[in-house]
Order: sequence, then C-alpha cells, then structure tokens
Amino acid sequence: MNIAITGGRLIDPANQVNGLLDLYLAAGKVVAVGASPAGFVADRTIDAGGCVVAPGLIDLQAHLREPGLTHKGTIASETAAAAAGGVTSLCCPPLTQPVLDTPAVARLVQDKAAAAGFARVLPLAALTRNLEGEQLSNMVSLREAGCVAFSNLGQWVGNTQTLLRCCEYAATHDLLLFVRAEERSLAGGCAHDGATAMRLGLDGISEAAETVEVARYLLMAEETGVRLHFGQLASQRSIAMLREAQARGLAVTADVAVHHLLLCDEDLDGFDSRYHLQPPLRSALDRAGLRDALASGVIGALCSDHQPHDAAAKAAPFAATATGMTGLETLLPLGLRLVEQGVLTLDELLQRLTAGPAAVLGLAQGQLAVGAEADICIFDPQREWLLSAQNLRSTGRNTPFMGQTLRGQVQATLLAGRVVFERG
Amino acid sequence: MNQSSYATQVQLNEQGQLRHFLTLEGLSRELLTEILNTADSFVDMSAQSVKKVPLLRGKTVVNLFFENSTRTRSTFELAAKRLSADVLNLDIKTSATSKGETLRDTLWNLEAMASDMFVVRHPDSGAAHFIAEHVTPGVAIINAGDGRHAHPTQAMLDMVTIRRHKGDFSRLKVAIVGDILHSRVARSQIHALNTLGAAEVRVVGPKTLLPKTIESLGVKVYYDLAAGLRDVDVIVMLRLQTERMASAFLPSQGEFYKLYGLSRERLAVAHPEAIVMHPGPINRGVEIESEVADGCQSMILKQVGYGVATRMAVMSMAMSGQTTQ
Repeated sequence: MNIAITGGRLIDPANQVNGLLDLYLAAGKVVAVGASPAGFVADRTIDAGGCVVAPGLIDLQAHLREPGLTHKGTIASETAAAAAGGVTSLCCPPLTQPVLDTPAVARLVQDKAAAAGFARVLPLAALTRNLEGEQLSNMVSLREAGCVAFSNLGQWVGNTQTLLRCCEYAATHDLLLFVRAEERSLAGGCAHDGATAMRLGLDGISEAAETVEVARYLLMAEETGVRLHFGQLASQRSIAMLREAQARGLAVTADVAVHHLLLCDEDLDGFDSRYHLQPPLRSALDRAGLRDALASGVIGALCSDHQPHDAAAKAAPFAATATGMTGLETLLPLGLRLVEQGVLTLDELLQRLTAGPAAVLGLAQGQLAVGAEADICIFDPQREWLLSAQNLRSTGRNTPFMGQTLRGQVQATLLAGRVVFERG
Repeated sequence: MNQSSYATQVQLNEQGQLRHFLTLEGLSRELLTEILNTADSFVDMSAQSVKKVPLLRGKTVVNLFFENSTRTRSTFELAAKRLSADVLNLDIKTSATSKGETLRDTLWNLEAMASDMFVVRHPDSGAAHFIAEHVTPGVAIINAGDGRHAHPTQAMLDMVTIRRHKGDFSRLKVAIVGDILHSRVARSQIHALNTLGAAEVRVVGPKTLLPKTIESLGVKVYYDLAAGLRDVDVIVMLRLQTERMASAFLPSQGEFYKLYGLSRERLAVAHPEAIVMHPGPINRGVEIESEVADGCQSMILKQVGYGVATRMAVMSMAMSGQTTQ
C-alpha cells in the first residue's frame, strides 16, 4: 500500500533530520523523504499537520505477562497499548510462566505477537534455566529462535564463578546480556534506604544493592569481553562506574526507566503502593544524576519498564504489594516532560527512544532513511489529554500518573507501513 | 504530598478533631496535649471504685490483631470495656488470612458485622493507613502498631508518664536506647517529644541498629551509652529482639548488654532524678539490669497503668470525631 504522510515535522535523529518534510511509503518501507517519488500515487494520505513524525519508539523493557500471567495482561492487550503509545518494537523480559528459557516459549511469544500484529516483540531470554541463577540456558538455540539478548531479571547469579562462565560463554557467541543490577542479599527491602523509608518504617534497599552488582558485572565484562546492557539503572553512583568503563572502551550500554527521571523517594509519602517499584525510586540526587547521564548519553536509551498489574496486586499495605507500573502509553508524554523541564531537547529525547535503543540491540529499525522499514510514530507534542482508566488500552491501571493531564499524544502508529493505531 | 498533610487529611475531620489514630507525625501540640489531658482525667477516674463511663456504650470495638500481643490487646480490651463498649477480639493468625485471604477481603468480611471501631496491629508498615482508607466511613481505626512505622498509643502513654512524673517537656533531655531501626515505638516517641517541645531527644545504639537518616527526625545520635545518658532526665530502653543476633546486627546479647545495657553504673551518669521507662516486655540482663527495672527510678509498671487511661482517651476522642462529622 502506498502511503503519504504530509504536513508534519519529520524528526529522525539517526539521520540528523529535523524539518517539515513529507514521508512516502510503499510496500512497508520508506521510499522517499521530502519530495514525492516520480509516479507515486498514494492509496492513503495521512495529514500530519501540527504533528511530529518520528521513527516508531523502541522500548527495551515491557512486560507482556503472557504466557502464564494473563490476569495482568496479554500479548494482544499490551502490544495494543504499545501501538497506542507509539511503540513499534519492544523487548519482553523472561518472567513468564513458563519462563522464557526455551525456544518453544520464545516462538510462542513471537507467534502471538505476530498474530496480534500491533508491535514487533523482541524476546529477552532468561540467562539461567528457570530463573534459578545456576545453570546456563541454551543461549545459542534461544538466539536462533529469535531472542535478542539474555536477561538476568528475577535471577541473581550469586556464585561469581558461575557468573564468570555465563559471561565467557555469552562472549564466545557474541551474545548480549541485559543486566538488572540487583544484589539479592541487599535488595530485600521495598523502598530506597533514605529518610522517607526510615520515617515510614519501610525496609530500605541500599544503593549498594545496585552499585555492587554494577561493579561485579563491569569486572566480568573486562575479564571476558562480554557485551553488557544495564537495564533500568536507579542510582547515580552507578553512572560514574559506567562512564569510566565506556571511556576505557568496554562494550557497555544502559537504559533508565522514564519514571526514575521524574519521581523520587519523597513521593512514597502516604504509603501509596503505585510508587512501589523495583528498582525503587531513589533520592532527588539520584534522579538528578540519572538525568545528566541520559542527557550526556552515558545512558543511551529511555524505556518504560511497563508492568501492568491487576488491582488486587496493588491493594494491600505497601510492602505486601507487587512492584511496577503500567507505562507503555505514558512513555512518550512523560519523556516530553523532560523536554519541557530542559533536561533534553526534543531531538535528544527521540534519539533516546529510537536510534539509541536500536544501537543497543543492533537493530535496523529506529530510523527513517530511504529503504528503512516503515515503523512510524506520529504524535502531537502539544495535545493535552487526561490519563484515565477509559483511555488506557493496557489491562493495567497501576500508574501514579492516573488522573493527571499529560501533554503529547500519539495520533497514529504504523508498523511496516500498516496503520496499527489511529486516534479518533 | 508530604506525610504531615497526608496524615492529618486521613486522621482529622473537618473540625480538626481526631477521627482515626494512625500516627503522631503531623499532629499538633494542641491535639497531643488534649490527648494527655483526657488521659490524665481517666487516670484519676481509675483510682475511684466505679471505673466505667458510658462514652462508648452501644458501640462495638473489634481488636484486630495480626501479630501476637497479650499485653497491648488486653489493655485495649480493658479500655474499651471501661468506656462501656462491646468488645470482640480477633486473633487473625488462626482465621482466614492464614488460608490466604487478603487484608482487604478480611476487612470487608468484618465490616459486614457492623463494628464502630477497629484496633489494628499488623506486621506491615502502613497497614493501619491502608485499613483507614478502605473502611466504611464512620468506622474509627486505632493503630496498635504497624510494622516499624508507628505505635502512637504507646508513645502517648509514655508522654503521659513523663508529664506526670517529670513535668514540663521543655526542660527535659530524653534518651531512647537500643534497636531504633526496627522500632515503631521509637519513631512515635520521637515525633511526640519533638512536637511537645522536649529540650533534647537522643538516640543511642550501635550503627547497625540506628538508621543512617535518623537525624532528619530531629534527634542527636550517640553510639556510646555513657555519653548518651549524661545528664538526661528520661531514659527509654527498647527491647532487643533475639532474632537480631541471627541476622548479624549484633554479635551477641552479652556484648550488647556490655555496651548498651542499663545497669546501675550506667544509670548513675544520668540526672539523679532521671526516670527509666520501657515499653515492655523487658529482657532482664539483655537491655536492662533487674535492679534497675525494679528500682525506684523505674516507671515500667506505672506505664502499664497509664496505658489503659491513654487508650480510653484516644478511643473516645476518635469515636467522637467520627460521629460529629
């Protein structure tokens, strides 16, 4: 199908494009930028007047809950939420039931995603079998089954020798590790180990829970040459270590969840379980350090860490509630708050949501040069809208931003040249 | 939203009267003083032969205890009965929650019984707040201890004790000794003492039992007991739970007693008329020497007596605050 997207501002950070340029698509790919190709007849013209036309967003961490946790969400519902949020590619972590540690489960997830047809789902396989932290999963077979990286989420590899061997094996086959830096014996609490948790009597999680693991993994990377990506860093002390490792040439990247750049531990007052997150919201100082790191590029990608939950999971005293917030549909407007607050320019924000995550995974998507797959997000950066249960497509309603007016709204999303979401 | 405004929003009705009693943080000096005065009047009343007043007659008070506590529960029961209420005791560990029922469902099932007040003790910080937010309007919630967060009735009875025996708070140096990290009593006492204008509030203990950020509550930190007790007027000893040795907070009870136990020698560096308090139950020879616990400076048994009066005060004020909304 031939599609012309006209009247919008094309921002394609990977190719340093920012201008009032029309976009022309055919057979699922970009065929021209700016001027219509000779003889092009559009089957459909999308009026993007007043909007930004950007590559579809790439979210490096979004829980889809299927297989096994379908009371919290399904691949169909959550990828529909992704499309509504302008996200065209997302990585789903292996915390499913059964665990994503076999090619069969990896293929199941991809098949369901393809059947729903809303977004590209890039599975993250479990680093160790059944999340037990002891035996390596069949990493090469999992890669052949479509997994893009190997995640240690939910598994703490306590034995350092085992970890060293995981890294050596991964390095042998050039496999990428997605690391959640969380030292299990230090991470038993439910909130950042600061003044707010102390006053509320909540068991604190020291920042050492993250920094000790960041240090351990960086030393493994140095020892084995394994490629690492740290997911959802929350502590500013990790940044210095990361910057130094990057300066020395280690293949280490990182992302941060958008809520860690807007919220901090002071927001926990009142025991509101919507702020019960893992990694926890840390101090205002940490938030400032993470913002600097995203702006400077030491942290190269912004993600949602989308975790939809059923209502009961959040309806209990704070420590007894599940962690996480639903976030695919708020990723872009919350990111735009960072632009409003002068943390990033709009170009930089979009880079951290498209080319940045694409570079982490070595994906061809995340850019809109001629010949690229037509994964596109069209959004109105000024449009205000009320975040309410009615206008969320995710099954999860668990977000502390509920009831707030957000600015920036996706108007249409295209996946491989097909419209997968359109507003009104 | 800061804790003070949140706490007052939930706990106070539009007239500024108590309608739930969850935490002392954010409550005004006037309100705390009103609680002290009301408690004093009930103390005086309990010295008479007729100990009952009809303030809660016809009301049903449910003691909802998710944690063991014979002492606190029986003082609440006695307080409710002296206010002429009907009392139901629910020891939740033996009921449905041990079969996996959620707190919210337990609450909804209990509400079907049309109670007027729940006195709640729960191992999770914030549980009393959670219940206050989910309960039918008109039902008063009294926090009998939630996790490490707060034990407001204990702190208030401690303030009653201090005021009755030492007078004006503004002249007093108070030291709280022991496991502050895990103590809901300590947190509530610190809020109360600062709100009531205590001259100085000190916390004494090893680093493993003192939160790093404790100074932000308005206290001075001491790691040395002798320095911490010098010239103080009130010493509050906290119980040391034996589990703490197992998780490497301390090497042994013996070493703790050597460094932080209140012996007669240690007591001697405080003001000669200093009073010794303990929320109970005491561990003789672990945090306190028997002779000190039983000595003339000890208020430990008097605290228990003031506990009934303090709880009568809080319960009658909260019920009144609910019904005048």
